Amino acid sequence: MSLLSIENLRTHFFTKAGVVKSVDGVSFDLKRGEILGIVGESGSGKSVTGFSIMGLVDPPGRIVNGSIRFDGKDLVDMPEPDMRALRGRRIAMIFQDPMMTLNPVLRVDTQMIEALRAHGKWTDEDARQRCRDVLGQVGIPSPDERLKSYPHQFSGGMRQRVAIAIALLHQPDLIIADEPTTALDVTIQAQILFEVQKLVAEHNTAMIWVTHDLAVVAGLADRVAVMYAGRIVEMGTTEQVVNRPLHPYTAGLIGSAPSRNARGTRLTQIQGMAPLPMNLPVGCAFRPRCQRASEACSAAPDPSVPEDSQMVRCHYPLRDNHDRGGDA
Amino acid sequence: MTVFIIRRLLQSVLVVAVMTVLVFAGVYAIGNPVEILISQDATEAERAAAIARLGLDKSLPEQYLAFLGNLLKGDLGTSFVFGEPALQLVLERFPATMELAICAMIIAIFIGVPLGLYAGLRPDSWGGRTIMTGSIFGFSLPNFWQGLMLIMLFAVILQWLPAGGRGERGEFLGIESSFFSWDGLSHLILPAINLALFKTSLVIRLTRASVRETINLDYVKFARAKGLKSSRVIGLHVLKNIMIPLVTIIGLEFGSVIAFAVVTETVFAWPGMGKLIIDSIFQLDRPVIVAYLIVIVFLFITINLVVDILYAILDPRVRLSDQKA
Ligand SMILES: Nc1ncnc2c1ncn2[C@@H]1O[C@H](COP(=O)(O)OP(=O)(O)OP(=O)(O)O)[C@@H](O)[C@H]1O
Ligand code: SF4
Ligand SMILES: [Mg+2]
Repeated sequence: MSLLSIENLRTHFFTKAGVVKSVDGVSFDLKRGEILGIVGESGSGKSVTGFSIMGLVDPPGRIVNGSIRFDGKDLVDMPEPDMRALRGRRIAMIFQDPMMTLNPVLRVDTQMIEALRAHGKWTDEDARQRCRDVLGQVGIPSPDERLKSYPHQFSGGMRQRVAIAIALLHQPDLIIADEPTTALDVTIQAQILFEVQKLVAEHNTAMIWVTHDLAVVAGLADRVAVMYAGRIVEMGTTEQVVNRPLHPYTAGLIGSAPSRNARGTRLTQIQGMAPLPMNLPVGCAFRPRCQRASEACSAAPDPSVPEDSQMVRCHYPLRDNHDRGGDA
Repeated sequence: MTVFIIRRLLQSVLVVAVMTVLVFAGVYAIGNPVEILISQDATEAERAAAIARLGLDKSLPEQYLAFLGNLLKGDLGTSFVFGEPALQLVLERFPATMELAICAMIIAIFIGVPLGLYAGLRPDSWGGRTIMTGSIFGFSLPNFWQGLMLIMLFAVILQWLPAGGRGERGEFLGIESSFFSWDGLSHLILPAINLALFKTSLVIRLTRASVRETINLDYVKFARAKGLKSSRVIGLHVLKNIMIPLVTIIGLEFGSVIAFAVVTETVFAWPGMGKLIIDSIFQLDRPVIVAYLIVIVFLFITINLVVDILYAILDPRVRLSDQKA
C-alpha cells in the first residue's frame, strides 16, 4: 500500500481579483522510502501542493476537491487537532528560504525543543541530547554551542541544516522538501543533498523534493512529476522523464536544463512566459508556448499512459527519438 | 554602553541649550510679565523694585547669561508668581502627572494589545471590523471633547465617578499614590481613560498591522509545520516578534502621553505638571516654563534610553555597542 495517495487535488485561492487555481487536479502516489521529485517553473503550484498535504493552506485558499490519503487516513477532512498531531511528527516540511524559516528572536534550542515537546513529554536532558544527535547527523559541528545561538549567528547553509534537523527530529514517514537548497551555493547544496539522501535511505523515509532544477532531481529522485499551471503534465521514473520525455514542456525543460555540474539556473529558457494563474488558456495551458499545438489542443488533454507507467497530459506526446530533446 | 549613555546626555544638553534660548526669546516676544504680576495702581518706585527683584531690568542676553550661571549651580530660578524655586514647583506636580500617564499607558496596552491581536488574527470577522471602526473614533474625536463626554456620562448622568480633582492618596511601601486608595483610584479612572483613548487606538492599529504582517512569514508557517499548538505559535512566535515594534512605539508614545496630559489635566482639573504649565504660560512665568521643559527633555531622553535597552533585549540581532546613537 502506498504511504501517500493524492487523488484529483484542487487547491484554489479565492482572491478579490478572482479565483487562482494554484493546484487543479493533481494525483500521485508515494511509497515508503521513495523519493519523488516535483519540477516546474515558478508559480506552477509546487509549494501549494506541499502546503495542501501539510494542511497549511490559509484563507483565501482552500482545498476545494480531491483526497489526500496518508497511511490510510484522509487528511483533507481530518480535524485540526489530529492534523496537528501528524505535522512535524509523521509529515515534516523543509522550506525554500533558510533565512526566513527560523524565528529570529528565539534561540535554536528553544525552536528545536518545542518541536519535540509538541508531540510528547521530554525531559530537558533527553530533549537536548536528541537535538545534539540530530544536529550532528546533519553535519553541524559542536552542536552543544550551536544550540545556544540565535539564527542570525548562522550562515544560510547552517540554518538550512538546522531546519532539516528539525524536520528529522521525530523521524517522520514523509518529508516534503520545498526547494531547500535553491538559495544555497553549489558546494553546500551538494553536501546537503548527499547527507539528506543518506539519512532518508537509513530510515526508509519517503520524500517529496520540490525544485526548479532538473539536474538536482536527476541525481536524487526515484520518480519525477513535472508540473505546469497547477497540473502534473508528465510523471514517470527519473530515467524515463529525463531521458525519454513525452511532454513538449518537459522536453523544453531538459533542453534548457543546465548540465549536472553547473550551477542550477532557473528554468526560464523555454520561449514565452509562464501563464498567469488567473486567466489560464482554455484547453492545454501550455498551448501558447507549444510548437506542436493544433486545433485539438483547445480541448484539455486527459492523462494517458502511452509508455510503461509514464503518464503524460498531451494530445501529441513525443513518441520517437527524433521528436525528443529540446524542440519545444 | 557607557559611551552610548554619555552621547545621549551630551545630546540632551544641546537640546536644553537650544530650548532655553527659544523660551527666553519667546516669552520676551509675547509680553512683559511685570504687566501681569504687578497691580495697576502700584507706584513707579514699587514697579522698579519689582522689576529689579525679578531681574527683568537687565537686557535679554544678560538675563540669559545670569540664568545659565545659576543653571550650572543647579538653580533653575524662582517662579515670578509663587516666589518658590521653579524646579521644586514642577517636581511637586510631577508624581500626579506620572500617575495619570502610567495609568493611561497600562489601559492602552492591556486593552489595545488583545483587541489588536484579535483584529489581526480575524480581520474579516464581525468583531475584528468593529474593533477597527471603534479605533477610528478613538483617533479622530478631539481629546477634550472625549473628556467632556466622559464627565457627562459617568460623573453627571450616572454619578458613578467624580468629575475632577485628584482625591486621597494611599501609602504602600512608603510610596504615596492615588493607586493605593479607593478615593484616589476613582478620581484617576476618568482622566486616565480620557488620556488612554487615543493611545489605545494607536496600539490596536499597530498590533493589528504587525500581526497581519508576521502571521504570513515563513517562520510562523514553519512553527505550525512543526506541529505546535496555535496558542504557542501566536503566544510566542508571533507575539515575541511584534513586541519589538510595540515596545518601541509605546515607549516613545509615553513621552507624548505626558505632553497630551496638558489637555486632560485641564479638563479634569488634575493638579499635574500640565495644568501648571498652562497656568504659567498665561502668567508668563518664565522660570517655571523653562524648568518644566527641562524636566520634559530629560524625561524624553530617559524614555528613549530605556526603549533602546529594551529593544536590544527583545531583538537578539541588535547590540547597543554597534548602534550609532
Ligand atoms: N495566498 C495566496 N493567495 C493568492 N494566490 C496564491 C497564494 N499562494 C499562492 N498563490 C498562487 O498560487 C500559484 C502557485 O504558487 P506556488 O507557491 O505553489 O508556486 P511554486 O510552484 O511553488 O513556485 P515557486 O517555484 O516560485 O516557489 C501562484 O500563481 C501563486 O500566485
Ligand atoms: S496538448 Fe497540445 S498544446 Fe498541449 S502540450 Fe500537447 S501538443 Fe502542446
Ligand atoms: Mg514554491
